[in-house]
Amino acid sequence: MDSNMTSTVLDNGLRVLVHEVHTAPLASVWCWYKVGSKDEVTGLTGVSHWVEHMNFKGTTNIPRDQVKGIIEKFGGSWNGYTWIDQTTYMETASTAGLDRMLFIEAERMANCLYDPEDCESERTVIISELQGGENDPDNLLEQEVIAAAYKVHPYRHPTIGWLSDLQTMTRDDLYQYYRHNYVPNNATVVVVGDVDTADVFRRVEEQFGSIPTGPTPRRVRVVEPEQLGERRVEVSRPGTTAYLKLAYHAPAVGDPDFFPMLVLDAILTGAKGINVWSSFRTAPPQRSARLYRALVESRLASSIGAGLLPTEHPFLYLISATAMEGVGLRDVESAATEALNDVAKNGITERELAKARNQLRARLVFENDSVTNLGHQLGYFQTVASLDIYQHAATRIAAVTESDVNRVAKMYLRSDRRTVGWFNPSGGDGE
Amino acid sequence: MTMALQKGLAASRHALGNGVVIISKEAHTVPAVTIQVAVRAGSIYDSDAQLGLSHLTSRVLDRGTHRRSSEEIAEALDERGVSLSVGANRHVMTVSCTCLAEDFEAMLELVGEMVMEPSFPLQEIEKRKGEVLNAIRQDEDNPAATAMLALFAMLYPNQHPYGRPAKGNVESVSRIGREDLVAFHADRFAPSLTTAVIVGAVDGDRAMAAGERVFGSWSQSAGAEVPLAHAPSARTRQERVISMMNKAQADIAYGFTTIVRSDPRYYAYTLMNNALGQYGIGGRLGDSIRERQGMAYYVFSAFDANVVEGPLFVRAGVNPANVDRAVRSIDDEIRRMATEGMTSEELADCKQYLIGSIPRLLETNGAIATFLQTAEFFGLGLDHDMRLPALLDSVTLDDVNAAARAALDANGASIVIAGPYQR
Repeated sequence: MDSNMTSTVLDNGLRVLVHEVHTAPLASVWCWYKVGSKDEVTGLTGVSHWVEHMNFKGTTNIPRDQVKGIIEKFGGSWNGYTWIDQTTYMETASTAGLDRMLFIEAERMANCLYDPEDCESERTVIISELQGGENDPDNLLEQEVIAAAYKVHPYRHPTIGWLSDLQTMTRDDLYQYYRHNYVPNNATVVVVGDVDTADVFRRVEEQFGSIPTGPTPRRVRVVEPEQLGERRVEVSRPGTTAYLKLAYHAPAVGDPDFFPMLVLDAILTGAKGINVWSSFRTAPPQRSARLYRALVESRLASSIGAGLLPTEHPFLYLISATAMEGVGLRDVESAATEALNDVAKNGITERELAKARNQLRARLVFENDSVTNLGHQLGYFQTVASLDIYQHAATRIAAVTESDVNRVAKMYLRSDRRTVGWFNPSGGDGE
Repeated sequence: MTMALQKGLAASRHALGNGVVIISKEAHTVPAVTIQVAVRAGSIYDSDAQLGLSHLTSRVLDRGTHRRSSEEIAEALDERGVSLSVGANRHVMTVSCTCLAEDFEAMLELVGEMVMEPSFPLQEIEKRKGEVLNAIRQDEDNPAATAMLALFAMLYPNQHPYGRPAKGNVESVSRIGREDLVAFHADRFAPSLTTAVIVGAVDGDRAMAAGERVFGSWSQSAGAEVPLAHAPSARTRQERVISMMNKAQADIAYGFTTIVRSDPRYYAYTLMNNALGQYGIGGRLGDSIRERQGMAYYVFSAFDANVVEGPLFVRAGVNPANVDRAVRSIDDEIRRMATEGMTSEELADCKQYLIGSIPRLLETNGAIATFLQTAEFFGLGLDHDMRLPALLDSVTLDDVNAAARAALDANGASIVIAGPYQR
């Protein structure tokens, strides 16, 4: 898959990955930082994401009013996102824009302004983002379930942050966090597209080479203690529809159990793939999946979904169902746990394994269909775990055996290690 | 320079004897194929008594054919990891399928069965109907969806097919029976109304041969077209508040009707809309409401010319305390664009952006397939991607400013606010 991928590390510690793809006159540049919401301390939740927003607001050499247009001149799109383990920025544009894209990323690493007025104006934009998310009951429930599933690990707080932290964080909090984490030795630059590798290395050296190495950022050491019994959360708010979530502690991407668990997820809810940027945008093949049959085909739920996402530390295998009108959450939950207990107790079939492997093989193809998606995968795995895991994903999936899947089903789908969430609409829409 | 710039997509188009159009484009970015089969069977063909019929048909079309049961279809898709979905917009229902290249023939055959000979099993209709009803209830609790449904009802009043909810409502969907789906299929699914687009790692001859094999012997006459009334711009301002006090944020939907897709001013409108609510992070609207005033995480405008005069609308999600200020700010930008127009620099920027975006927007099989379907639907020509840069480039400042004057009138705006807000 990545025979054209070449990697180097600059003297200041910046890792550079280049993958030549000559199918379209495009280049995608991604700049990754190994900092996400799990690196935040109490009182500063949401700082990683807010910092990401501030890093689009002008630098020493890109005045605030000239940010807009730099990439657009090359027909490009740009974006960024923050999640639990990482923060990333991207541009995809015509190859002629490569220097500008690299320039923007170098400026972003070294020279962002953090104008106090901009920090204040962005505070309300981010609170608006948080409130927009709260409009969605499914999202609200997910936040509550994750918070309940962890008692010490910082995966417990949402990437957007808690409202009171967003209301009280200062410009200096933001700037300090930026300076600590946005150093070349905490970053990876990825370039994928119609480029020449040696030329890219030279340009990256020119743009980033003089940025000084910083102290290595603090890393999270805490390990979530084993959960000792089922936890339950019930959110009761006005609404029209009931939602169920089941969260099981799951293996980190670097754990040998990750790929067997990915196969198990395919058997339960259909294969998604391992690209969090693109894979979840198309419907998974799930009509014959166990939980789809147990909940949707039985008319207890109108939809079922699940995600096993590649994360640095053990995150959650999170299953979500939308209850059919008139069906109680208790019935949806029983049908789901019955199907999960069954796979844990009786295991899977050979045919299910073959089907899941085929599905994942196809998804790995579909999710890498653009220079942007390829760039995401290289940077994501380099930042969150290791490139090796990504490069050998297909082989590892092919090597998963029936007994591997049966073992992880027993080990991870345990009722005493799950958190159950109910969103129960309380009817009406008034307060 | 790469082939994409020299020759464009250079897709092949072939009309079968029965009228089915097959369009194919070979692309080897990944060893996969996207199939999109579109039939002129969208929601405009719903009768007033059967709102949601097209949508429900789309949910059941892929759940059984005269040759295969729902379970057999599920196995055929899942054992190959195929991504398949059926969606309907106002005019067209589309079966979209992405599969590995090795599965292309088998999947085209399956998609063909769904389109030509669905069996609409009773049990499947009941299941999918339940899902649709649940989705309607979810929309009722979603301020963004609620605001958009209400805006379209205001822009296209009097049961205009563009103003009706595509999913239907609880009463209309509950009434739909199997005989209605069968009748809808008999009326709307015909070779002369069908276009199959195949993009990916199959060569043109292979794609055409498969298309001919699957669709070549299909025979069915098409039902009559439905008449569609014009949708002139409103002369008076209308505002509607839908209070949803259980929500955290209010959604604003603000819009007008504009022009049809075949109108020569289409590209001027596209450029004007880009400056108003897209360029950078939400254009002028984003500069004002997000960047300068910090009021919204999202604010943008969208322009969607169609067979009937399509909408140009603005969307924003804001704190309820800021609703009035946000609406005033939208008014200000609308008035400023209508009276002062764009600057020549702004126009040059938007042109450069939209023209430069073409290779990026035509990178993936799925995006190419959608582009080719749109070009076929509106009769834009197989070489539309090659002509598009000149069409955009030839637009003058007078053209965009005339478009702004014609389209944007704050005194004729239709406005919906849905969320924790009361007047």
